[in-house]
Amino acid sequence: MTAYDWKKRREGKAYLALENGEVFRGYSVGANRDMVGEAVFNTGMTGYQEILSDPSYAGQLVCLTAPEVGNYGLNAADMESRDFFLSGLIVNRVSDPSSWRAEESLPAALEKRDVPAIAGVDCRALTVMLRDRGSQKAFLCASGAVPEGEGIARARAWEGLEGRDYVKKVTCGERYAWDSDNRLTASYPLEDCILPPAEFTVVAYDFGVKWNILRGLRRAGMQVTVVPAATSAGDALALAPDGVFLSNGPADPAGVLYAARAVEKLLGRIPVMGICLGHQLLGLARGGKTYKLPFGHHGCNHPVKDLVSGRTLITSQNHNFAVDADSLDAAKTAITHISLNDGSLEGLRCLDVPAFSVQFHPEAAPGPHDANPLFAAFRTLIEDAG
Amino acid sequence: MPKRDDIKRILLVGSGPIVIGQACEFDYSGAQACKALREEGYELVLMNSNPATIMTDPELADRTYIEPMTADFAAEVIRRERPDAILPTMGGQTGLNIAMDLHKGGILFDYGVEMIGATPEAIEKSEDRGLFREAMRRIGLNVPESGSARTLEEAMAVRNRLLTWPVVIRPGFTLGGAGGGIARDQEEFERLAARGLAASPASEILVEESLLGWKEFEYEVMRDRNSNNVIVCTIENLDPMGVHTGDSITVAPAMTLTDREYQLLRDASLAVMNEIGVDTGGANVQFAVNPENGRMVVIEMNPRVSRSSALASKATGFPIARIAAKLAVGYALDELLNDITRATTACFEPALDYVVVKAPRFNFEKFAGTSTTLGTQMKSVGETMAIGRTFKEALQKALRGLETGRAGFGLDGKDGDFLSMPREKLAAEAARPSDVRVFALAAALRLGFDVEELHRITSIDRWFLREMAEIVAFSGHVRENAVTLEDLAGDVPLFRQAKAMGFSDRQLAQLYARDENEVRNARHAVGLRPSFQLVDTCAAEFASLTPYYYSTYASGVSASLPDPGGDLGRIMILGGGPNRIGQGIEFDYCCCHASFALRDAGWRTIMVNSNPETVSTDFDTADVLYFEPLTLEDVLEIHHRERPGGSIVQFGGQTPLNLADSLAANGVRIIGTPPASIDMAEDRKLFGDLMDRLGIRQPAHGMAADIDEALEAAKIAGYPVLARPSFVLGGRNMVIAHEAAALRRYMLELRDVSRDRPVLIDHYLEQATEVDVDCLCDGTEVVIGGMMEHIEIAGIHSGDSACALPPPNLAGEVMDRIRRHTRDMALALKVRGLMNVQFAVQREDIFVLEVNPRASRTVPFVSKATGVPLAKLAALCMAGWKLGDLGFAAEPRPRHYSVKEAVFPFNRFPGAAIKLSPEMKSTGEVMGIDRFNGAAFLKSQIASGNRIPEGGNIFLSLKNSDKAMAVPLARRLLQLGFTIYATRGTSTAMRDAGLPSHALFKISRGRPNALDLMAEHSVEWVINTIEIGSEPAVDESRMRSQTYVNSIPITTTVNALEAALAGLEFLRRHRRLEVCSLQEYNRRGTGVKLPKNGSRPTNARRRDGDG
Repeated sequence: MTAYDWKKRREGKAYLALENGEVFRGYSVGANRDMVGEAVFNTGMTGYQEILSDPSYAGQLVCLTAPEVGNYGLNAADMESRDFFLSGLIVNRVSDPSSWRAEESLPAALEKRDVPAIAGVDCRALTVMLRDRGSQKAFLCASGAVPEGEGIARARAWEGLEGRDYVKKVTCGERYAWDSDNRLTASYPLEDCILPPAEFTVVAYDFGVKWNILRGLRRAGMQVTVVPAATSAGDALALAPDGVFLSNGPADPAGVLYAARAVEKLLGRIPVMGICLGHQLLGLARGGKTYKLPFGHHGCNHPVKDLVSGRTLITSQNHNFAVDADSLDAAKTAITHISLNDGSLEGLRCLDVPAFSVQFHPEAAPGPHDANPLFAAFRTLIEDAG
Repeated sequence: MPKRDDIKRILLVGSGPIVIGQACEFDYSGAQACKALREEGYELVLMNSNPATIMTDPELADRTYIEPMTADFAAEVIRRERPDAILPTMGGQTGLNIAMDLHKGGILFDYGVEMIGATPEAIEKSEDRGLFREAMRRIGLNVPESGSARTLEEAMAVRNRLLTWPVVIRPGFTLGGAGGGIARDQEEFERLAARGLAASPASEILVEESLLGWKEFEYEVMRDRNSNNVIVCTIENLDPMGVHTGDSITVAPAMTLTDREYQLLRDASLAVMNEIGVDTGGANVQFAVNPENGRMVVIEMNPRVSRSSALASKATGFPIARIAAKLAVGYALDELLNDITRATTACFEPALDYVVVKAPRFNFEKFAGTSTTLGTQMKSVGETMAIGRTFKEALQKALRGLETGRAGFGLDGKDGDFLSMPREKLAAEAARPSDVRVFALAAALRLGFDVEELHRITSIDRWFLREMAEIVAFSGHVRENAVTLEDLAGDVPLFRQAKAMGFSDRQLAQLYARDENEVRNARHAVGLRPSFQLVDTCAAEFASLTPYYYSTYASGVSASLPDPGGDLGRIMILGGGPNRIGQGIEFDYCCCHASFALRDAGWRTIMVNSNPETVSTDFDTADVLYFEPLTLEDVLEIHHRERPGGSIVQFGGQTPLNLADSLAANGVRIIGTPPASIDMAEDRKLFGDLMDRLGIRQPAHGMAADIDEALEAAKIAGYPVLARPSFVLGGRNMVIAHEAAALRRYMLELRDVSRDRPVLIDHYLEQATEVDVDCLCDGTEVVIGGMMEHIEIAGIHSGDSACALPPPNLAGEVMDRIRRHTRDMALALKVRGLMNVQFAVQREDIFVLEVNPRASRTVPFVSKATGVPLAKLAALCMAGWKLGDLGFAAEPRPRHYSVKEAVFPFNRFPGAAIKLSPEMKSTGEVMGIDRFNGAAFLKSQIASGNRIPEGGNIFLSLKNSDKAMAVPLARRLLQLGFTIYATRGTSTAMRDAGLPSHALFKISRGRPNALDLMAEHSVEWVINTIEIGSEPAVDESRMRSQTYVNSIPITTTVNALEAALAGLEFLRRHRRLEVCSLQEYNRRGTGVKLPKNGSRPTNARRRDGDG
């Protein structure tokens, strides 16, 4: 009979304590440490590696509703950033990988990157709770060293994400040129693709940027220079780019008002595109307000209506905050996209200056590629501005 | 306005009879489409030859044509109805083929009918292998290297160009890959290529590079007029390429793709949709992926709803056919509501937080001599679907849901054969795809084969094999950590984990050599029960209003039941599980009708079923749906949660009936006819006594537990005898023995005969006419629903026999006696609901052959023929209504004739003997309906694919006892203009009577013979009668096989020949067969008044239970 470590796997007891006093018990499948964070759920059925390596999840304990996780392992080509930035992972179960692309198993990757994870949790029950009561502050105990009561107390005592600057934890230390040898951009399944010549240059603010955004810009013919989040508008413009890109990133836009001020200064002087947190910052720069959604949008199946074309895009999303559509000056800012699920604002375009942004993720990774053409739209914006 | 108002009347084309590869999933799709279109106010004209469908219920369309599914008849319907549009995408391959024929024949153009849902160009591009390859190349997608061929020579040339073995042969335009195969060498290639060319209506085959062992995926796509696209579901086949998808165990969502690969296939699916030109509707795209390097190849796409789309709908909750119908009339996806959440739109991609496993159900045991090896041609007759939180749980549930006696993934004491095999033999069984391969894998894992070794010999992905290995290993772990059942009960986390891995109580009982009931009691004693979770399309992101549940042990908290709303009583209806020969759509039809009628009358209905192809498992058929295996354990857990006031077991065929006693013993209140009456009807002694008391004759009979007893019983009953095991459905293993030697041989072959499971021996009534009666009884009143005269003589299974309603040849006095007998039996058996009786009429004498106090296979046919909804009335009787109150007081007397004909799958089972016998072999049925009996019969033959020609060459060969009839029949045939070829004996008899004919050799004697004629395509009709039940001679077997291979109509009884002659003579006089709708046939009304809006009778309240 096949050697079977069922019992061994379940030796490391772990639990997730929520601020509302609920405790979900399971076993540890990651690093042997404890973390506080905001518990959120993601309904994607594939793409756990992209989720793990998406810096926007910094500060969060991510519950995957996918029933089986780990099936295809992890590989270097599917990384979305240099590390895993989330606080912890919550899954139903983890299995060993079977894929020609697999380079390491999920538990090994989590351990290597020091991220705690819990399996054996009824993720559906947790998801229903988060849906009904909203995102929860939570404490993930994988060390086995903290009693549950104290775990709940730690969850409650945690400061939370609102108003916090998590961007500084994930942004790059210094400016760098993205993938100057095209190695990362032209990875599977596009080995054979010939990248178009880079005709434009773009400065990308790294609030926690996903690499597939940078790949998307490059594939649309733009050479990208990535700069730290705190880079001033003047320093960015001093690089003489053809456009500025505002990336996705973690937590609350209200925690990074310095970035919103930089955006304000950039608008009108150079074409700007924003994604996710970058979209919220553009919204703030336009005088809008942001607010927290009850449990956010995290998944690969979010329908977004493009009000210009009338088409609906199935998009990848990952955000807890949104721009309040009513807070924008309709004379200056057009709403271009809305969520078909809850009607929230998903995209805007400035009418007076060359800038647009979307709340969802056209770079996908993970998720459908429906919104991919938006990178080409940015290029067009640059061309038209030039 | 989102929907089109330039079309008013739409013709929907169904898929015809249930055949392998095209089963009741198309009734499910079609019924959804009917409802969706009428909801939008369109006038709906429906065409389908299959009376056992919900879609042909008269209330689902404005006019329903039960006519043969051919372009000719469709053209007649179009001439008569002048529809504005035709929707061909709901009727499977049949629907597309008919629509394409109408298009090519100019009918659509002539009558200004627009094809909606798919364009002829798109259908052509997806169906024509060459065009499809070209299209795929244009968008940069790989297709398997291949070439098409119209002759054997061309096929060889293509093969030589490919340079590899094996190669796949796929005939164009056939269902479920009929006539295809995998050739490993030249000899096999020539044989399969010839068969494929014959099977293809276009005489075209594709010879293709083999992708054996590659991973196989399906993407279910929807697209609307605004080019919005969604992937409803992805399905991964556990069995790698080489096994037809319909025969594979499949899993949703896809399990082994990284997001990049998943999205790559998604992009490819959308590109395919776009390139093929599917403007609106659903389609599926199949891919093969090389597990070594990810190379992706497009296999095929179907621009219509399919078996997979039905599965995808049930797996996700997304009603593909319903939405596709709305898209076809102009809606966009974002204008339609998600019917499950009723809060979000249909423009989204369902997220699953559970795993779905589909397992195919086979019936190889009915086709002795055929190979059980699976290949590219579909052979399964049904399927079951199971939902679990993990793959393991879902797999085990699916395997017990197959109802093949297995309790899960092996470990149930039934793998003795595999476990005792030499290692090499077991390895070969694990490597060979077959109906039982999955159990060979379980046995191999138990015997220490490791995952790598099994992967090498099966190419099944390691992920699935590892999961399977863990199931097997876990059973060892349980045994080590809990030596007794009591130990297990003392370790609840371990117990729960075992249940969460899908172990059934029966498997655990086997592990501890205990009884299933003991395991259940131990489990309940520690409070271990499954939770019930929602299939909600969105992984709990939004609250869902549709109560569609599955059970799991991986979660402790059940989704709450919706408010039952006032004092509504609850009634649970147990479905029939996976389709199989003898238990198919007819029973699902009855379950659906029970739910419809009871809901209308104010009950809350609970449907339990595991068959994804059915209407019963549609989300809005019952108030609450449980997609669960129909085993005692699973049903009792649902019962515990719902506490229904009554449960109905008499509509789902043998599956729920077999559970009735143990359910009742566990506190389930069965309503309707008492289970004891059903047992009584099955018990020869008790039933014999009852018949004696009622003065009704039965054929002499006996019972036997061994060979000696059988021979003794046969001597008393008198040869020939009909022998069959007790408690079987569809006449499994029935035989007619003309002498002791045959009976001895039969008894030796039978397994599991014992005192508790005896063999039944009946005197066989030769040359008798069989009569089927369906009646309703409310406990005091009995009303006959319909009386059917069989066209085949008694001895052929009633499910395989053509029959006519009303009986064309029975004397009034005989019918009256049959009515009296029926009434006496129904009252004596305390029937409350439906009862079916089979009589044999031998000259003036009437014998009862069989009584089934439950829904029978003929109920939908009778309901369509008479316009009386028998199953609905029966359900209401069970719930306490009186027939008088329902307006059903007298036997309906239709003025038209309805003929039911069976449809057989012999072309799927090469090598199997083609003969009709007491063992049921048909998969489906068609109905011919006309004001004239002969015309109705002719239509039934055309509809069943047995298109009897109006002239030409025929081959006539009659058995000895029919020879006397030869001359008069031959004379009528000659008068119709046929040229007769006959074997020497028949030919001589004709010459003596002065009738011309051509003499042929017997096949084994010389040439020219009938086979030569068929090979030259110079015979249009074969009439060949043989003794019932006797083994057909070698000659006959070869001849019958040849008729199926060459699609030559064959008539096998004199009665059927007579009916055909009547039809042909009718046609000669009237020149054409007319079409007419069911609503017109039954326009006089039936007087039946079904209760609406909760008007339950007061005497029914006591049955409400605690609802």
